[in-house]
Amino acid sequence: MLSVTDLQKTYPSGDEALKGVSLDVTGNETVSMIGPSGAGKSTFIRCVNRLTEPTGGSVELDGLEITGLSGGKLRDARRDMGMIFQEYNLIERLTVMENVLSGRLGYVSTWDAFRRKFAGDDIARAYEVLDRVGLEGHENNRADELSGGQRQRVGIARAILQRPKILLVDEPTSSLDPETSRAVMDLLTEIAAEDDIPVLINIHEVDLAVEYADRVVGLRDGQKVFEGDPEELDETAKGQIYRGEEIPEGAGPTGKVVAADTPGEAATEEGDLRST
Amino acid sequence: MATEQQPRREWSRPTAFYNHYVKWAVYVAIAVFLLWSAWNMRISLDRIVTGWGAAVGLIQGMVPPEITTEFKNDLLIEGLLESVAMSVIATIIGVILSIPVAFMAAENIAPKPVYWTGRGIITGSRALHELIIAIIAVKAVGIGALAGVIALSYKTIGFFAKLLAEEIEDIDSGQMEATEATGANRLQTMLFGVVPQVMPRIVGLSIYRWDINIRHSTIVGIVGAGGIGGTLLNSFDQYDYDFFLTIILAIIAIVMVGELISTYVRGRIQ
Repeated sequence: MLSVTDLQKTYPSGDEALKGVSLDVTGNETVSMIGPSGAGKSTFIRCVNRLTEPTGGSVELDGLEITGLSGGKLRDARRDMGMIFQEYNLIERLTVMENVLSGRLGYVSTWDAFRRKFAGDDIARAYEVLDRVGLEGHENNRADELSGGQRQRVGIARAILQRPKILLVDEPTSSLDPETSRAVMDLLTEIAAEDDIPVLINIHEVDLAVEYADRVVGLRDGQKVFEGDPEELDETAKGQIYRGEEIPEGAGPTGKVVAADTPGEAATEEGDLRST
Repeated sequence: MATEQQPRREWSRPTAFYNHYVKWAVYVAIAVFLLWSAWNMRISLDRIVTGWGAAVGLIQGMVPPEITTEFKNDLLIEGLLESVAMSVIATIIGVILSIPVAFMAAENIAPKPVYWTGRGIITGSRALHELIIAIIAVKAVGIGALAGVIALSYKTIGFFAKLLAEEIEDIDSGQMEATEATGANRLQTMLFGVVPQVMPRIVGLSIYRWDINIRHSTIVGIVGAGGIGGTLLNSFDQYDYDFFLTIILAIIAIVMVGELISTYVRGRIQ
């Protein structure tokens, strides 16, 4: 279980990317984090495994406080968090197999890493994982020979070879076409169910977020402005997240908000325009 | 007609200097400096004319190159082999020493104090010409190829580490981050996230530096640091211009062969 409390990040330039965001991700649920560019989605995910150093708040994974860790302890914690990137971030000049096996780097000695030598069990499992993501027979291809969708599958395979306790997924579909995006999202939710791990996904395609997520979180200007079931994400909520519209009276930052009149009017106007 | 005619607007290219007066002042200063330099060196037409005769005499003394004396040929081959061997060993040693220095001197992966140390080593290596290093090395370890190898290895560090460090600074940091995110330690992150990205450059630069080291190995012998350079200087001192030309031609041939190999190998790894 990932439990984030009041996470803050202020960059040295003074930009406040996160102004105290709290979020729990448990069980094997898929949580989609949506929001406009610059809302702090990526910063949030990167603060969880501390690729970016948060300036305040706490991150706990299965009861272990991540924010205070350093050196070997932080590396051990990172082994439990699989990360998947927008630009895949594969090691382009290495083979698919080496890329997948790099998910085990936290468990091998530096000398073995130098010789690119991994345990037999890891290799056997890497084959299994490659089959699972649909890349059987590609183990000897160089990563830069693959298509975008295939590369993202390698990225996913690398992350699951870590046997993580959570998957952190940063804009997995932004560089992919709609069809491939769906395939990747299918795969991610499948893994969450089969491996019984939670998945936290940053995504800016609202349709995909609603379709695949068990829960949707909306960020705006470094603040959580929405949290709820995908069905609850109505026009009002989207208005809050993407256009910063006023939160109507009686609605908190989480849960369904009472229908406001502005979006309704906009919809009517649209309808009128269409009918003319 | 319009009563209010716009005044015609002039345009001239903005100058890189503050204004046009500064620009002309700089040009004049450069011209004055050039004239002063020429005057200072006392380059006179007279000197060029008399020098010309001597130069023609020298060249005439050189042709045809001498290839008939057996012991001179042995000297030539021995010197050339020593030069090539020096260049190979110096390149290998230099590259092995350079790689850690390059990682130290890459701003994106090294902490500041390490970075400045790395840069310092590179500057130290680049500041002095190989002949100066060779003179010092000859004093330290005595006349012979070892001194040459030291001088060339030392110079290799400055060249190789500087260019490799620049390459490391240009890598895609995403690959490094992804490796870090798996829980890899710093060295493992370098091995997976950085080294594969710069590997072609390492091979290319090694071959390129070997090519340069072949050329330089022919010169350090002049100060006694082994290789063909010593033989070259001796032949010149003994007015043996025929043999001198033979050596020069042999050096050109070797350097050309090195350059061909270098071009071929670097073409293959791109």
